[in-house]
Amino acid sequence: MGGTVFGQSFSSLEDVMDIETMLFQLGKGMLTTGEIFILTLLFSLPLGLILSFGRMAKNGILRNITKLYISVMRGTPLMLQLLVVYFAPYYLFGIKISSSYRLIAVIIGFVLNYAAYFAEIYRAGIESIPLGQYEAAKVLGYSKANTFFRIILPQVIKRILPPVTNEVITLVKDTSLAFVLAVAEMFTIAKQIAAAEKSMMALVAAGIFYYVFNLLVALIMEKIEKKLSYYR
Amino acid sequence: MKLLDIMHMKKSYGGLQVLKDFALKVDEGEVVSIIGPSGSGKSTMLRCATLLEKMDRGIIKYEGRYLVQDLDRRCVYAKKEELRELQRYFGLVFQNFNLFPHFTVMKNVIDPLITVDNMPKEEALVRGEKLLAQLGLSDKANAYPYQLSGGQQQRVSIARALALQPRVLFFDEPTSALDPELTGEVLKVIKELAKEKMTMVIVTHEMQFARELSDRIVFMEDGAILEEGTPEEIFSSKNERVQNFIGKF
Repeated sequence: MGGTVFGQSFSSLEDVMDIETMLFQLGKGMLTTGEIFILTLLFSLPLGLILSFGRMAKNGILRNITKLYISVMRGTPLMLQLLVVYFAPYYLFGIKISSSYRLIAVIIGFVLNYAAYFAEIYRAGIESIPLGQYEAAKVLGYSKANTFFRIILPQVIKRILPPVTNEVITLVKDTSLAFVLAVAEMFTIAKQIAAAEKSMMALVAAGIFYYVFNLLVALIMEKIEKKLSYYR
Repeated sequence: MKLLDIMHMKKSYGGLQVLKDFALKVDEGEVVSIIGPSGSGKSTMLRCATLLEKMDRGIIKYEGRYLVQDLDRRCVYAKKEELRELQRYFGLVFQNFNLFPHFTVMKNVIDPLITVDNMPKEEALVRGEKLLAQLGLSDKANAYPYQLSGGQQQRVSIARALALQPRVLFFDEPTSALDPELTGEVLKVIKELAKEKMTMVIVTHEMQFARELSDRIVFMEDGAILEEGTPEEIFSSKNERVQNFIGKF
């Protein structure tokens, strides 16, 4: 390799990262990206369901607290929320922040944020189920839990898949925000390489990584949608 | 002792009194049709009787056992265990079926048996197959509700209600969502049930059907009973309001 980039010439081979090394570095970052992605979904999907119950609660206090929570989570930048989660232990309790907390803070921040979005999606899904389904279940003697988990939730999941797919795809891209807490996910690494190499190459490669990741996500979600299309 | 005994049933929404002192007694094996204009409280009465709606005042008894008592000027519902047992006395067939769309026809019929009654699946399947055969739906056991006609869906919902072996079956305008052709097949099924001495309370706008089938017809207006009697009595009523209403059909 060697040559001219923006008029600057360099010839020493050691200075230039070859493609394999770059891809390897990005791949390592991809693992962290994947970790943030999977852990966020794992916790925010159930938490979102619980929040949606709060949002639809008969109890006005509970309902309004949940409403405020969702409003704040949706109304402020995720990047800011990550910083707040990271620094809160120090400012609130004077706990010294260790560097191992950075990834944890990122995941907590993502979970708290995405749960708010999922809560509203669940709510829309739950409220779209005809009242008659609850009434039929009640007359047939189903308990409240059985009504929800056997009758309502399966229908809700089918209905909310498209908006959930949207959120999941956004999440893949949002993982890049972890850079504010200096977590070495893929985008952080791509930026570092790009800066060091004075080349867009790593960023382009990162873009392709994200795209392929999302292609996979869309493919899987489509499969699930197809699987649930046995009824209307 | 009456199988079902409703007394002094009252229900208001806001300031609007929808039911004013309604009463109904039903004997084992009896078929009672409830007719009357829209907004007369027929459906609300049915919804209160099936506990989908809380009534304000009044009493509901099944074989002398209190499902709802009227104490201290308000309704007191039976305690959990007793409530569950008394709920077994009745089933309800809805106007728009309310089948579970993600279950097959068979599963719609037997899932309550398995989930609610903890019946072994094999036993539930035997009962399900028998019921589907009885209602002419054997070949639809593995179909999903959306694949069926309205008439077939309503027959499935009747099978689902019958599976739990209720003592009284309530119908809330069972053919109102169906075209005349499909109405016929559902009415046929209900007639067969009547022949087998199934106790039924049917809210309906099918006058001819009510006349043929019922042991007794209750004419409701403004949340109360205007007239009650055998089909002959109602169809030869001297009451102008009743005459007018029936004459329209």
